[in-house]
Amino acid sequence: MTGPMDDAPTPARNRRNVLSGVLFGIGVAAFIDEVVFHQLLHWHHFYDRSTTAAGLVSDGILHAFGWFATVAGLFLLADLARRRLVRWDRWTGAVLVGAGAFQLYDGIVHHKLLELHQVRYGVDLLPYDLAWQGAGLAVLLGGIVVLVLSGRRARAARRGDRPLG
Amino acid sequence: MSAGGHVHDVTESQTGSELVPLLVLAVAAVLAAAYLSAVARTRWRGEWPASRSACWVAGLIAAVLALFGPLGDAAHADFAAHMASHVLLGMLAPLLLVRAAPVTLALRALDPVPARRLARLLGCPPVRFVAHPGPATVLTIGGMWLLYATPLYSAMHDSAMHDSAMHDSAMHADPLVAALVNAHIFLAGYLFTASIVGVDPIAHRPSYVTRSAWLIVAFAGHGILAKYLYAAPPVGVPADRAEAGALVMYYGGDAVELAILVLLCARWYAATRPRERRSAGTALPAPVR
Repeated sequence: MTGPMDDAPTPARNRRNVLSGVLFGIGVAAFIDEVVFHQLLHWHHFYDRSTTAAGLVSDGILHAFGWFATVAGLFLLADLARRRLVRWDRWTGAVLVGAGAFQLYDGIVHHKLLELHQVRYGVDLLPYDLAWQGAGLAVLLGGIVVLVLSGRRARAARRGDRPLG
Repeated sequence: MSAGGHVHDVTESQTGSELVPLLVLAVAAVLAAAYLSAVARTRWRGEWPASRSACWVAGLIAAVLALFGPLGDAAHADFAAHMASHVLLGMLAPLLLVRAAPVTLALRALDPVPARRLARLLGCPPVRFVAHPGPATVLTIGGMWLLYATPLYSAMHDSAMHDSAMHDSAMHADPLVAALVNAHIFLAGYLFTASIVGVDPIAHRPSYVTRSAWLIVAFAGHGILAKYLYAAPPVGVPADRAEAGALVMYYGGDAVELAILVLLCARWYAATRPRERRSAGTALPAPVR
């Protein structure tokens, strides 16, 4: 983590951009979940009395990791920026991947497998679950597409401009 | 420790409960005076950041307010107030005190021989062991699980409440148990905070990744305990107060842990500053030694 990145080869630079983006994406998704669904809509609750021990532990770790991911992702981005190594296309793609993956994990593992809590209470769950998981999947796939396209573009650029590689 | 006299136990514990605040106040005053006089005496060795002195005094005030005064008194009778005082005593006060770099100041102010002794003490294996984030996390988070998930909490706030549930001082503390528990919460909190974002010199500081991982573990352990207490109150705590206390613990803990997280990342950011700029004169904050 602490190695000098000043003359880093392109793969290391790419990895750092993706790491920063994925972390920040996870953090953003966790933050949106907390603010929108817990605090504003009140669809989610602080504690659902049916929560299992495994659910409680998973929720706690994800909550802590969500905060860490937000802060660490932003500091990594700031580090890339001061070295002028930010690649916004890769970073954005990675944010989408992180956010989508978090949403899917939350939806599948927390809501369905561990039954930590549901998307909403007192309603027919199916459309909500489909929307939740569908949104997660769409964001994740969108992020992967952006990453693949930007990677292809970067490789093409490198072939045309060898000395940078 | 509550100010009002209570007819049912005007004996040993009453005297004890009046001595403890005086003792802690005296210790806090001595610590503040020692720190400030050390700063004054070592001014010739270079500037000591005023922010550190401010952190020291603020940290001592936070610790004292957690134990005495309106919040400290309410903490004996109400679980939410108890949790607020716990966040203040075990998290915020340690963070402020750690950032005041008291060991660095002591090494600066002491004569060479005691300074070397202090440095040797800090470098000895047992101290290095508990100063590692792993053991420090177990001490602070494990200690809290022990306190709240076992009957220890009701021993701290003795059994008077069972026979007189309506009494306003129902949760009157057993002074010795309470003092030991508070001391542990405070010291373990200090140890943990120092192991993650300490500014004092230590023999071997674990990597940023290791420290981040333990911070996440502690952060998670704290949050999980808060949610657990929401549903399973400590012995003798009514459900609605447990819920209020759990919320205070959860969100108060979040706030302090977020601050620790930002400090840790900011230190990484400063330490990984690109080389050219470091040599170009934008120097790192001068190491105080």
